[in-house]
Amino acid sequence: MNNASINWFKYSSPATFYPLAGRLIPWFMAIAVILIGIGLYLSFFVAPTDYKQGEGYRIIFVHVPAAWMSMFIYLIMAFWAVMGLVFNTRLSAMMSQALAPTGAMFTFLALWTGAFWGKPMWGTWWVWDARLTSELILFFLYIGFIALQGAIDDTRRGDRAGAILLLVGVVNIPIIYFSVKWWNTLHQGASISVTQGSSMASIMLNTMLIMALGFWAYTIAVALSRARSIILEREMDSQWVRELQEIRQ
Amino acid sequence: MNLVEFFDMGGYALYVWSSFGATAILMIAEPLLLRTRRRNVLRRIARLIRIQTEEQS
Amino acid sequence: MFSIFRAIVLRDLTLAMRRRSDVLSALFFFVIVVSLFPLGIGPELETLRLIAPGVFWVAALLASMLALEKLFAADFEDGTLEQMLLTPQPDFILVLGKIFAHWLVTGVPLALLAPLLGLQYDLDTEPLWILMLTLLLGTPALSLIGAIGAALTLGLRGSGVLVPLLVLPLYIPVLIFGAGAVEANVSGLGAAGHIYMLSAILLLALVAAPLATVAALRISAE
Repeated sequence: MNNASINWFKYSSPATFYPLAGRLIPWFMAIAVILIGIGLYLSFFVAPTDYKQGEGYRIIFVHVPAAWMSMFIYLIMAFWAVMGLVFNTRLSAMMSQALAPTGAMFTFLALWTGAFWGKPMWGTWWVWDARLTSELILFFLYIGFIALQGAIDDTRRGDRAGAILLLVGVVNIPIIYFSVKWWNTLHQGASISVTQGSSMASIMLNTMLIMALGFWAYTIAVALSRARSIILEREMDSQWVRELQEIRQ
Repeated sequence: MNLVEFFDMGGYALYVWSSFGATAILMIAEPLLLRTRRRNVLRRIARLIRIQTEEQS
Repeated sequence: MFSIFRAIVLRDLTLAMRRRSDVLSALFFFVIVVSLFPLGIGPELETLRLIAPGVFWVAALLASMLALEKLFAADFEDGTLEQMLLTPQPDFILVLGKIFAHWLVTGVPLALLAPLLGLQYDLDTEPLWILMLTLLLGTPALSLIGAIGAALTLGLRGSGVLVPLLVLPLYIPVLIFGAGAVEANVSGLGAAGHIYMLSAILLLALVAAPLATVAALRISAE
């Protein structure tokens, strides 16, 4: 084992991670507020009105970043699941647990804003489009993970069962996406392109990227904060928790 | 651009503000909920310590 | 290795035959659900022919899920499962045997009965055969995927609600290709593509699902 990996594992101990996360949260929250602020300014005052969709297209500035986040977060949860199974670290499972509600929230937001974008654009709240349907199934996967975690009292079992469920889910996501796409083309359903590729101005793309980065920072801050609460709940009896400053107040 | 025009969003007010509004509400509510969760845990630990020190003395 | 597989399958089949009502209830659930749809939608044969593939497949998903809870539960409660996992025999084969027995009891009767029920929906002979074939290919995949959910929720309270929540999203590809095959045949497109995809899913599930199930069982039975 070389130096670097020893250093790395030091932070996987909850006692070391807890204060570190506490120091990082305000920074990420600040970055999130600034980036989302810039993103909102760009999306309402700088990005030009779309010649085809009018002002209604501005919804994509929250819709697309939320949809990206919903997929990224599931992948990161699966990444932590693998880390947890391989290195048997407690923190990994706590991280995937801390990310799950935020991922479910972004999935819900992607569906919600998608519906409000679809109504004026296609005249209907919901289209059985491959992308929308996959997003809905992703939402079900998040709910299943959260429900499984909630049903298992034994934390060690819950951590590992959750990790297996995440791995099974990650293997299935491409299969589900492909089959939904196949199903969609056979039924000649609405195939829509949200961004319309070449016709999209670079200012729109930049705005979406800035919003997405803001959502990233927000997700990190929120997940770290939730992980800190999970650590406290689990390690209530350990000495280092008893000696924390914030408890005496 | 005046204020009324801005909030009207070229006739798309309902759709645009419902989307941005829901996102804003959820993204503000989540940190607040997390703060309550943290406070509850801290309070529980403090009570646990108090009970245990009382038992010892 | 094959003798272990056979021993497990025969044991589970004998156990199932002792409690025949469990086997029959899954089958009758399927029959009743399929027969309810015309009552809810109306007796027009045009419409029925259109919805038949979807109805049969959704009913099959639900029926095969009904018995999932019992797949490992009895063995878990009386400690047999723990003993099985401790034996030097490969767990992969043990789990595969149990799943195969589960499929023989829930999947096969349902697939064999489906053409008969299909007559209620005015399906032609060819779609009826396709329906039976896809059910025979698809229900083992359902049992395999479902076993992961059953193993993860083993011994939890409220596992009856949890299993569908975990397993149904993973069933979607099987539903799409299974129902799609029948539909493609009815509309004259040819079902071959769908059937190949269904077979591919079955093969993948055959390799991957028992691995995940074994891992989940080890965690749950610990």
